[in-house]
Amino acid sequence: MQVPAPFDYERATSVEHALSLLERLGPEARLIAGGHSLLPMMKLRLAAPEHLVDINDLHELDYIREEAGELRIGALARHRELLESELLGRRFPIFHDAERVIADPLVRNRGTIGGALCQADPSEDLSAACAAAHARLVIRGLGGERVVEMADFHRGPYETAVGPSEILAEIRLPLREAAGSAYEKVERRTGDWAVAAAGVCVWMSDGAIADVGVGLAAVGSSAVHCARAEEVLRGERPSEELFDAAADLAAADCSPAADQRGPVEYKRHLAGELTRRALRRAVARALG
Amino acid sequence: MATAEQPVLGYGRMKRKEDPRFVRGKGRYVDDVSLPGMLHGAVLRSPLAHARILSIDTSAALQHPKVHAVITGRDLEAQKLAWAPTLSADVQAVLALDKVCFQGQEVAFVVADDHYSARDALELIDVEYEPLPAVVDPRKALDPDAPVIREDIEGKSDNHIFDWEAGDRDATDAVFERAEVVVAQDMIYPRIHPAPMETCGCVADFDAVEGKLTLWCTTQAPHAHRTLYALVAGLPEHKIRVISPDIGGGFGNKVGIYPGYVCSVVTSIVTGRPVKWMEDRTENLTSTAFARDYVMRGEIAATRDGKIQAVRVRVLADHGAFNATAQPSKYPAGFFHIFTGSYDLEAAHCRVTGVYTNKAPGGVAYRCSFRVTEAAYAIERMVDVLADELGVDPAELRMRNLIRPEQFPYRSKTGWVYDSGDYEPALRMALEMAGYDRLREEQGERRERGELMGIGVSFFTETVGAGPRRDMDIVGLGMADGADLRVHPTGKAVLGISVQTQGQGHETTFAQIVAEELGIPAEDVQVVHGDTDETPFGLGTYGSRSTPVSGAAAAVVARKVREKARLIAAAMLEASPADLEWEKGRWYVKGDPEQGKTIQEIAMGAHGTVELPEGVEGGLEAQTVYNPSNLTFPFGAYVCVVDVDPGTGQVKVRRFVAVDDCGTRINPMIVEGQIHGGLAEGVGIALMELIAFDEDGNCLNGSFMDYLIPTAKEVPNFELGATVTPSPHHPIGAKGVGESPTVGSPPAIVNAVIDALEPFGVRHVDMPLTPARVWAAMQGHTEPPA
Ligand SMILES: Cc1cc2nc3c(=O)[nH]c(=O)nc-3n(C[C@H](O)[C@H](O)[C@H](O)COP(=O)(O)OP(=O)(O)OC[C@H]3O[C@@H](n4cnc5c(N)ncnc54)[C@H](O)[C@@H]3O)c2cc1C
Repeated sequence: MQVPAPFDYERATSVEHALSLLERLGPEARLIAGGHSLLPMMKLRLAAPEHLVDINDLHELDYIREEAGELRIGALARHRELLESELLGRRFPIFHDAERVIADPLVRNRGTIGGALCQADPSEDLSAACAAAHARLVIRGLGGERVVEMADFHRGPYETAVGPSEILAEIRLPLREAAGSAYEKVERRTGDWAVAAAGVCVWMSDGAIADVGVGLAAVGSSAVHCARAEEVLRGERPSEELFDAAADLAAADCSPAADQRGPVEYKRHLAGELTRRALRRAVARALG
Repeated sequence: MATAEQPVLGYGRMKRKEDPRFVRGKGRYVDDVSLPGMLHGAVLRSPLAHARILSIDTSAALQHPKVHAVITGRDLEAQKLAWAPTLSADVQAVLALDKVCFQGQEVAFVVADDHYSARDALELIDVEYEPLPAVVDPRKALDPDAPVIREDIEGKSDNHIFDWEAGDRDATDAVFERAEVVVAQDMIYPRIHPAPMETCGCVADFDAVEGKLTLWCTTQAPHAHRTLYALVAGLPEHKIRVISPDIGGGFGNKVGIYPGYVCSVVTSIVTGRPVKWMEDRTENLTSTAFARDYVMRGEIAATRDGKIQAVRVRVLADHGAFNATAQPSKYPAGFFHIFTGSYDLEAAHCRVTGVYTNKAPGGVAYRCSFRVTEAAYAIERMVDVLADELGVDPAELRMRNLIRPEQFPYRSKTGWVYDSGDYEPALRMALEMAGYDRLREEQGERRERGELMGIGVSFFTETVGAGPRRDMDIVGLGMADGADLRVHPTGKAVLGISVQTQGQGHETTFAQIVAEELGIPAEDVQVVHGDTDETPFGLGTYGSRSTPVSGAAAAVVARKVREKARLIAAAMLEASPADLEWEKGRWYVKGDPEQGKTIQEIAMGAHGTVELPEGVEGGLEAQTVYNPSNLTFPFGAYVCVVDVDPGTGQVKVRRFVAVDDCGTRINPMIVEGQIHGGLAEGVGIALMELIAFDEDGNCLNGSFMDYLIPTAKEVPNFELGATVTPSPHHPIGAKGVGESPTVGSPPAIVNAVIDALEPFGVRHVDMPLTPARVWAAMQGHTEPPA
């Protein structure tokens, strides 16, 4: 059995309590949500926080609801709740596509969207989905809250805009009409992290793509937001040629690294291929 | 189908007797053993693949308030225990002395009050290393400038371990010279890991008063371990008790003795307290016995019309830093001679060279008889390459070359005598079940649409059940197995066997063998195994040897009991033994069937007051040691259907048809369960499993996030068929089946994927066929990416 180095443990009873614990315990304290990223690292002794602040009792952060023209997801919502949410599946099928291929039921029962985004693993699927959905993130500190665009959230691999005494509280997905979305992932085996993945959200108007979001996972140092691909798509009528052009840009703009999942050339190819497939399905869903 | 009212009196489907305890969570594994005062051990491992140890400072660890002892190689050296013999006539460092030779090698051992403290204390040990260049690629191990790994072996100036040959080189070369068609294929059977769910571990309890060591251990061979501890550690053998309780999968990984076991024994003696050591997943994957790692070049000679004439194979075998493969002593490349497969050849020759590299030792038979998997893969890939060259359907090519039924017993060109076989019906059945002709049509239709569908066929013959003592031993111990059978006065029986179940269902199968022979319900036979104080000597469970060897012992001992029952029944019936006839469960007087005694009545009589004839003792028991006269040769025909995503290279195994012939089927349900498990492993081996290293010798697959094993999602619904060709020399005709599916399925799957890639002109891709490798092959790359 792999066991972590010694640590102290606190259980927060409210967001305020969690924040004051973080403030008091200092930089060696870490929040723990589902624990499915943090605990494996601790067991391998790649992470050795001195204090854990458990936020699993903060039910105030556990919801998925429609509010003020947005779909709002509490940071403590579990993968499983995302997968089972009819509302989320209807408005953003990309999240159901993604959740079906994230890990396995055991991990999904505990892992949270907040933990997933804050872990900021470059291969993490929900970051790519959130990037495609143009998500905005609510970060709370003792001094109040701020809202950050997904594009500004990741600061690099395993680094986010969340400060040491802050907490990610909510994920906001702007709701617009005539939306369609899809997620495509290649994995070596069920439950494996992506070799590469692509998420696409489109918002149609008069048969053209009024707005679009394209996010990639596992092909860069953090979730890749494909600005150039989005640009060629915006305002255009969907066609295979258009998708090819966007796919080529997605492939060109990512920066994968070779590892056991595959060489750079292959991952780059996948970034294009999966962008094309996600575009087809997202548009079909929007029109369907 | 057996029901509760209908006890099984022999062979047939019967639910496993061991399962109630497993499904209720009542199994007892080594890690469930907890003794009063027990301490916990942990191993400090080398972070480097090859380095000199300049110094080891354990003082800070010893200061840890919960630490009881820290031992290093130097401490063991003082007891002459720093080196332990491997199962292949080499030695392996228990704890490294002057240098480390693979990443993960054992350097120090800590015992503490609890597992957490032991792990914490590892971080307090300070080891100073001087890194050395590592030999990672076996193809470079024999380069003149390659660093010498084994400086501990006197006079060793290279990394060569052995050269071994089988077959007739000149005859083979002659056939090749005049052959109409010759094809060659380089292929790698990569390093993989048996990866049992339960990792390795032990609880060592040395009782200083009695001078007795009790060792609960994850071992597939408890008796062999006991003898080795006696020989190596100098403990008297009758004062050693090895208990192998429930085992969570072995697959060859639990045959050898690991340093952690030895350190646990030593520290239990030193501290006077029981010591538990359980490795974690990373330790299991990176330091315990791996499998395969054969770099092969196969050549096949044939006539233009598809008659295979000869096969030649050259192998470079990577054995890691210590030669610790587990196989019969005279067989450094195991039973690789079976590479001639199921075909009638004129000549064959192979040459295997074993080398050291800076990687974990092993080369064990992961769910196969020694190196049979590698051999079957080589020939079954080569036959497909030949089919491609000749433009002949691969199923048809096999059909033309199979050994014919009248040729059995068949002497192969490498010296085996195949006991029995009827190959063609098995292949025909598999093709029929698959709907082979229709599949080929469908493939054509799909190709028109740009879809990649592949159909793969393999036909394998195994050689299992080691083995005849005239040829086969492991560290000098003959590969026989004992059995003893005691029938209690009320007719219930206890069978002691020397092999050990790790999931194969021995408690059921062996009870059924006795039930068949004695005609008593299998429920009435308790099978005792896995405890050296309670069972007869024998070499253990691996290489599909349980049923061929120990199963034979069970049948023989039951027959001995039956013969003794005849004598007692004769006394009870006041008849002559010669006048008695046997029907299942009962001896009766010839011509007067009313006059008879059941085994239960005889058992009571044997323990009662029946007057026994001269020379017949009371009681109803017997014992035996079974020495097989030959190996057994199970075979099978497999057909696999895959779909490959042309845009991503992802492989989906759509169908898998497996026709197995393992001779007599004792419990068809257990046979099918074994086949399901082995096929699932085959899917993993073909598509995803790999132990890889970077150029410095760092292992890249130290967790189940990186070492992928298949899930239910990757395996199709298996379609099983059977033919039954009993072994003529085995008492009940059974051949063993546990490993057939792992042997036969990888080539079927790979053949299917290569078949799917035919439009791209691909002839071979090395396993594992990950999406990246398949895609690379489609782009015309011949060297697979990492
Ligand atoms: C076997 C396995 C397979 C997996 N496969 C995939 C996969 O295919 N795709 C994928 O995307 N993911 C995968 N994951 C990761 C999984 O989705 C994790 O659950 C997720 O990444 C982390 O969520 P968590 O709630 O468990 O976070 P934790 O492990 O609890 O925390 C992760 C990090 O986030 C911080 N944190 C948590 N919550 C907050 C918050 N509200 N505010 C600020 N910081 C916070 C923690 O301090 C920690 O640093 C896998 C995990 C496992 C174990």
